[in-house]
Amino acid sequence: MKKIFLIIQREYLTRVRKRSFIVMTILGPLLMAATIVVPIYLATRTNEKKTVAVLDETGIFYEKFKDSDEIKFHYTVSDISTAKANFSKSGDDALLFIPKTEVSLPTNAILYSEKSVSINITSYVKNVMTKEVEELKLQARLMELQTDKKEPVAVDDILRSIKTSVDINTMKIGDDGQESKSYTEINMVLGMFAGILIYFFIFLFGSQVMRGVIEEKTSRIVEVIISSVKPFQLMMGKIIGVGLVGLTQFLLWVVLTFGIVTLVTSTMQSAGHKKSVSEQMITQGKGMNPAVSEAISSHPESNEGMGSMMEALDSVNFPVMIGAFIFFFLMGYLLYAALFAAIGGAVDSEADTQQFMFPITIPLILSIIMAQYIIRDPDGPIAFWFSMFPLTSPVIMMIRIPFGVPYLQVVLSMVLLILGFLGATWLAAKIYRTGILMYGKKISYMELWKWIRYK
Amino acid sequence: MDLFSAHAVSKQYANHKALDNVTISVPDSHIFGLLGPNGAGKTTFIRIINQIIAPDEGELIFMGRKLQPNDIAHIGYLPEERGLYKKMAVGEQAMYLAQLKGLSHHEAQTRLKYWFEKFEIKGWWNKKVEELSKGMQQKIQFLVTIIHDPKLLIFDEPFSGFDPINANLLKEEILAQKEKGTTIIFSTHNMSSVEELCDDIVLIDRSKVILSGDMRNIKKTYKTNTFEVSYNTCDDALQSILPAEFQVLSESRDVDHRNAQIKLPAGSTPNDLIRSMLPFVTIYSINEKIPSMNDIFIQAVTQQSPDPEKQD
Repeated sequence: MKKIFLIIQREYLTRVRKRSFIVMTILGPLLMAATIVVPIYLATRTNEKKTVAVLDETGIFYEKFKDSDEIKFHYTVSDISTAKANFSKSGDDALLFIPKTEVSLPTNAILYSEKSVSINITSYVKNVMTKEVEELKLQARLMELQTDKKEPVAVDDILRSIKTSVDINTMKIGDDGQESKSYTEINMVLGMFAGILIYFFIFLFGSQVMRGVIEEKTSRIVEVIISSVKPFQLMMGKIIGVGLVGLTQFLLWVVLTFGIVTLVTSTMQSAGHKKSVSEQMITQGKGMNPAVSEAISSHPESNEGMGSMMEALDSVNFPVMIGAFIFFFLMGYLLYAALFAAIGGAVDSEADTQQFMFPITIPLILSIIMAQYIIRDPDGPIAFWFSMFPLTSPVIMMIRIPFGVPYLQVVLSMVLLILGFLGATWLAAKIYRTGILMYGKKISYMELWKWIRYK
Repeated sequence: MDLFSAHAVSKQYANHKALDNVTISVPDSHIFGLLGPNGAGKTTFIRIINQIIAPDEGELIFMGRKLQPNDIAHIGYLPEERGLYKKMAVGEQAMYLAQLKGLSHHEAQTRLKYWFEKFEIKGWWNKKVEELSKGMQQKIQFLVTIIHDPKLLIFDEPFSGFDPINANLLKEEILAQKEKGTTIIFSTHNMSSVEELCDDIVLIDRSKVILSGDMRNIKKTYKTNTFEVSYNTCDDALQSILPAEFQVLSESRDVDHRNAQIKLPAGSTPNDLIRSMLPFVTIYSINEKIPSMNDIFIQAVTQQSPDPEKQD
């Protein structure tokens, strides 16, 4: 146990002291911060107003949507199909359609747009509608109470009875008038982002493990070391050490990115830009990652925009999301890193890795290709099977989770991933322990199979 | 007493047998030569001692009991395929390897300091390995092999990569280790270093032990009662003045001497040879021809009839 710790320590320290690690740690957050700050800066500069046409079949919300610095509303009266047909010619950025309701008060609206609409608009609309509906309910309730003149009713009960949740669906209208569900929704962004992050992490640090193993082979130190420790300890020490390097880099990125963004936006605010930068930042921050989004959403400087943001975030189950992210992030890495280590052990130089890399990278790349289909149908059979298969589940399950996946499926996928990890490690250890002592031999799949069968 | 012994050890790979019923005993505080042609199974055997691979059959005894996983703390191994992390600093790397052998951080530091001073390489501590010459790297490699004071040292071709001066330094250090009571297994193709260093040898060929024991005894058994005689000029061929059973193997001449190697029949002594030569020539010197390890190696290996089952 002490020895594996020594190995982890060496793998970790030699990597975090490298110049490339330090450069990446600084450049990464600068790039990420730039992608967040620059659009905000541009938005505050251009001050371009978005116009939203409101087609309110209920008539309840007439003149209720107030123009702001950012959004301008105007009201139209027509039927939805003509409004949609004329939409592209109208020059409006979005069309808000509130369909007629028969008995109850309206709690649904559809926001049509050509390009993705900013979450600001959706959340503002949602806010106004909720407030309006709640007010109407309250008035009705008070009337009821006045006419009945019965027992006094607790205020809490009243408040509870009027609580309303409004759904805004965002739809895209293409040039041909075709509709498709738009991608701005927070759960899609979150899922995609988490999936891509896992993909990226596995590739980047998995191949570092492989390169580390090849380095030990070519420098011929490997036999010196395995006369002191078991090959399995050396392999696992390397995998864990590199994993910790990745985790360190990741955390540093999150912290530094957040730090830079906060710093820059606060200076922008104090420089006199009246518009709520932090509100913008929150919108943009969605694109980052759950940890940051969460950090932002718990930011004390709350305002109206923030409130609506919180509401949007409410639809995502964050404890599950973060827990699952950490699990799939780590287990996915561990599984792939073991396979990468086996490849490193089997070859003499990086040039020889191609033939073995192929079957390992296929499932990873496939999961990124499938992601766009999964996101359209997150509960379909394709999504289900891809989120069960251990080689694709880390990416695909993370894409599905923000949409809500039954716990049983999540647990099943986790169990299968753990089994996959154990299997991969067992297999990798067998290939690794024979391969690291082989020099100057071209290895075929037949040969690997022989190694696996050695006692 | 034997520090280490192997009994009937066999190891089978997919399509060839690396070791076949190998029995070896390594006496305490001796230098033990592990010899054999390429591919004979030496490296496999060494890896089995280091518990890098497990034998299929057989038993390994170390310090009077079965070899155990934590015995690696008492074994130092310098593999033939050796190297160091090129980008890592020398001192840090030596600390790492010493601690992997089970030394505490403090212990490793004190011992390394001692050795770095002894080898006069203190200035290398913070240098990267790739900045050192190959010979310097070999020195570091040797040092980390013995740093944990092992009971058993295994050297696989230790002299490769050393210039004559450093090779001599290394040889002296190996002998000093022996003086201290360390047992050394020494595998090499360099037969002259075997003659200089080894007390006992084992010769493995095609996965089997074909010769083993005390080196002087082995040499004795390989003696052929052959003598080298140096004498003055003589017009006739030497064989013509000697009895037929005295076989002249070779004759040569330099400026004022003639030399010949003569094999005597069993039971004859050098006195008989001198007696029969004296009437004709003046003898300057006579020496018994003792077979070199090189001769013994070649003879033993070529005498082995090719194994029909061996697949290549």
